[in-house]
Amino acid sequence: MILSRKFIKDYIDIDDKLSISDIAEDMTRVGNEYDYAGPLINCTNLVVGKIIKCVDHPDSDHLHLCNVDVGNEVLQIVCGAPNAREGIYVIVALVGAKLPNGEIKKGKIRGVESSGMMCSKAELGLDNKFLTDADREGIYEFSNKPKLGMNAIEALGLDDEIIDFELTSNRGDELSVLGLAYELGAIYDKKVKDIDLKYTEDKESINGKFNVEVKTDNCSLFLAKKVVDVTIKESPEFIKNRLIASNIRPINNVVDISNYVMLETGQPLHYYDADRLGDTIVVRMAKENELLTTLDGEKRILTTNDIVIANKNDAVGLAGVMGGLDTEVEDTTKNIIIESAIFDAASVRKTSKKILRSEASNRFEKGLDPNRTYMAMERSCALLEKYAGAKILKDTIIYDKSNKEDKAIEITEDNINNVLGTDISKKEIINIFERLGFSTEDKKDKIKVIVPQRRLDINIKEDLIEEVGRIYGINNIESKLPKLDMRRGTFDKTTRNIKNKMVDLGLNEVLTQIFINPSEGKKYTTDNFEVVKLLDPLSIEKAALRYTLVPSLMKVYDYNKAHGVKDLSIFEIGKGFYLKDSKYGENSKLCALLTGDYFYQVGNNIKIDFYIVKGIVEELLDYLGYSNRYNLVVPNNIAEEFHSGVYANICLQGKEIGFIGKLNPSIVKEDVYLFEINLDKLLKNRTSKIKFKEISKYPTITKDLAFIMKKDVMNSDIEKIIKKAGGRLLDDIQIFDIYTGEKISRDEKSIAYSLTFKDENRTLNEEEVMEVFNNIIDKVEKTGAKLRNE
Amino acid sequence: MEDVKINSIINDINEKMKNVEGLNELYALKVEYTGKKGIITELQSGIKEATDKKAYGMSLNKIKTEFNSKYQEKEMEINDRILKEKLESERIDITLPSKRIRRGTKHPMTMTIEKIEDLFVSMGYDVVDGPELESDEYCFERLNLPKNHPARDMQDSFYITNEKLLRTQTSAVQARYMESKKEPEPIRIIVPGKTYRRDDDASHAPQFGQIEGLVVDKKENNVSLADLKGTLEIFARTMLGDDLDIRFRPSYFPFTEPSYEVDVTCFKCHGKGCNLCKETGWIEVFAAGMVHPNVLRDNGYDPEVWGGFAFGPGWDRITMFKYGIPDIRLLYQNDIRFLKQFDRKDD
Repeated sequence: MILSRKFIKDYIDIDDKLSISDIAEDMTRVGNEYDYAGPLINCTNLVVGKIIKCVDHPDSDHLHLCNVDVGNEVLQIVCGAPNAREGIYVIVALVGAKLPNGEIKKGKIRGVESSGMMCSKAELGLDNKFLTDADREGIYEFSNKPKLGMNAIEALGLDDEIIDFELTSNRGDELSVLGLAYELGAIYDKKVKDIDLKYTEDKESINGKFNVEVKTDNCSLFLAKKVVDVTIKESPEFIKNRLIASNIRPINNVVDISNYVMLETGQPLHYYDADRLGDTIVVRMAKENELLTTLDGEKRILTTNDIVIANKNDAVGLAGVMGGLDTEVEDTTKNIIIESAIFDAASVRKTSKKILRSEASNRFEKGLDPNRTYMAMERSCALLEKYAGAKILKDTIIYDKSNKEDKAIEITEDNINNVLGTDISKKEIINIFERLGFSTEDKKDKIKVIVPQRRLDINIKEDLIEEVGRIYGINNIESKLPKLDMRRGTFDKTTRNIKNKMVDLGLNEVLTQIFINPSEGKKYTTDNFEVVKLLDPLSIEKAALRYTLVPSLMKVYDYNKAHGVKDLSIFEIGKGFYLKDSKYGENSKLCALLTGDYFYQVGNNIKIDFYIVKGIVEELLDYLGYSNRYNLVVPNNIAEEFHSGVYANICLQGKEIGFIGKLNPSIVKEDVYLFEINLDKLLKNRTSKIKFKEISKYPTITKDLAFIMKKDVMNSDIEKIIKKAGGRLLDDIQIFDIYTGEKISRDEKSIAYSLTFKDENRTLNEEEVMEVFNNIIDKVEKTGAKLRNE
Repeated sequence: MEDVKINSIINDINEKMKNVEGLNELYALKVEYTGKKGIITELQSGIKEATDKKAYGMSLNKIKTEFNSKYQEKEMEINDRILKEKLESERIDITLPSKRIRRGTKHPMTMTIEKIEDLFVSMGYDVVDGPELESDEYCFERLNLPKNHPARDMQDSFYITNEKLLRTQTSAVQARYMESKKEPEPIRIIVPGKTYRRDDDASHAPQFGQIEGLVVDKKENNVSLADLKGTLEIFARTMLGDDLDIRFRPSYFPFTEPSYEVDVTCFKCHGKGCNLCKETGWIEVFAAGMVHPNVLRDNGYDPEVWGGFAFGPGWDRITMFKYGIPDIRLLYQNDIRFLKQFDRKDD
């Protein structure tokens, strides 16, 4: 909503000394934010001038050389406008003038001095919709003869100041000049002036000549009145200029009046060409697939959720949103039916959301005061009589199921002071209510507040508390801290611990968006689920939600690769989403991507391989307390995006909780490793607290040995056999060398183990250790592996 | 033994010791004197023939003592020299590059929230979260935002079905948390989390973060707007600067009444006016207000008995302000050159 300073002057006296930005700031303090406060035309040094001589520029085929009288002097100005000619009154931007497109400087144009510029309306920064073709092509010509040298913006009548408010959605009442006047009245303690509603009614009555039938509950109030013999012409300057200031395009006096009254009262009106409408209005819900061509020439297909205004047969308007083309007021229109009505906010909202947001629908959606519906009708008639020569037929057709009662709310001083944390006196509270235009009754222990219907946003005590806080001045309230019982604040630190560990391991945390292209939804996984899709996405690239975090991290990889980064170790904790068995679900997941060199190593960097990534996973799981409870298992099904030979599921106590894998070389040329752990699955498993264990007093015995085995034999299988054969004396197994090469055959590998033996209660002797050691060799050799003797 | 002989042997020892350079020479000298056929060894066997055995023994001892002390002296001298030479030869260039263990980095959003969590936990708040795929009921209806409420326009949503959507606000957790209590009990929580709205431009990302704060207590404890103000002052000062002030502007949110937008003194210009605060001296940081009685009632708290306040700063905004990040898109781009800037402690 735009407030025009000239417009609001009709309804309230604001001290002229207050600048427009003072007013805007005062309104902001009570909750009305603004985008812009300042002059309507943001230009300086524009004066009225008259071209007294106009000749062609000696060096140009289109430029003119003009002498322009600006009152106190005659300026030589070079001008390219085709309509520049002797005798016309023009807008002159003097040297030093500031226009939206820059400052005017003295200069030479093709060798001839030019002191200023003659302007078109477009150059003043007026919105395109207010401009005619002539405005766009040539300089502006005054139709009257203003005093030479006077302020040109004043001569145009556009010397107004505006505030463009960004109102909250509960303050529909402020979508009117009157509403803004009440708000300013409360701030400055001023009374709002009455609006002129007087007109003369004709002897002839509308009754009997016109019918209104309301066939839906979605219309609570409908008023119709008929005016005849209107003269369609241009509106008076003040109406046009106030509409322009309010960002509405003037059309003709009749249409302008309906907009003008809407701006004043907040009540949208509709004027029908009475002769084309016929003698009946029916307010009803549209039929399924009913057609209506709206004012803008668009053919609309309606549904049974849309309220329409119809004549006997057809829909002629989309109630609350836009009128129909067939009954539009045109230059030849003589007689008019005025509609002033209230339609259900939610229904209008649904229709307008689907079809079109308009000034009218915006107001219906926020709710209207029925008293204003009547007032707008009266005001409309008064202005049509005055500015369109209309005769107003007697009587109004009224359908009224609305509630016009003021609202009574009882409240105490304590109610208010307890919530605000203040000590405001009853007298002060009552004074605030009266400034807001609410009447009060002091009932000893409480105050009865009568709130007028125009404040649709006020219904309960808390709403009144807000009003008191607003006008009292919220920044006059002193801050303090709650006096509440001490208590221990708690939170689950697991996520933070995981992040700490990953960072300690040298990874960089990223934050990605959960949106993906639906085509990516099933990639990087063989899990059984359906991809979650958005009903109304921003783009196809963001039309679905990820299941695994891999596509998100791949985007980070691609971005950084494109910026020349080869080494990347990143991780994220975020949600993955799915639809399974017609239920939607989400899981918290930890995902990491590593490629290039790993930086963690002391000294030289090392190229990332599967085992580094495996080490990170192990380090994390051990840190979280899951040591000895997890293992890697090669699954039967591996997603085709991964390398089929370098991939494993991470299992915790036999249940899959994630994976480690290398991307398939067909996806990326570089070696890219990923792992992901479903944290919901992982953290379901409880972990124990750290408990001190006695340190063994007895020495350990270490024996080394190596086995040569086929390459496809898994180390984990050999270790399992060693462990079993080693029994309780075997304390630890470490691998210290893995060899493939010339000394053994091609399909073989050699793994060297260092075995540690220990007994908690005594010193072991060599013989018993050898016995176990030999048993281990026996058992392992039974698998086909050979002890390596060198 | 004659004195002259003794003196000549001692002189010889001194002379030879003087000329010794290295340990090997020294060892050779030791053999020359005390080896099987060494000078001193031979003198020792000469005692049998000596006439005055006592005098001979004393002379021999004098020689031995002289040799041993000179020997030790020389050995120490040589070892000292060798050590010095070794140290000198091992002198390093301390300006060559280090071999360090490099940590990774946390995302700045994480750094911000960890600080906020620590602050509120220290004041007795719990940190909680809820689902990101939320039902319309918890996200809107239970927060006094019935279907077709015009204020829903403020939060254009991503729906999955008619009833399921990506939560537009962490306030959705308010209703879940209140409902989770068997009997109404005092609440002090913050809810940091990801939220989603249909916006995508320089100042809005479709995915962003919010930190909801909620305090509910018995009305008799007077949890008031003044307390909300004090709480937000601590919040703002901890995160953005100790010398900052806040100001409230009345606003409208369906879940609070009264509702406010809260500005913090511009931390760039300290209120003087600059391009960041658009010359106003203030920056909008929080939305806040007193919990709407309908929200309390709909979630099992009698609004005649219970009251409280709620607040919600934008997590992204706080992060951007804290680190002077100019564009929200930087937070989600994950340029490694950006991420690596957040590589140290921050308190």
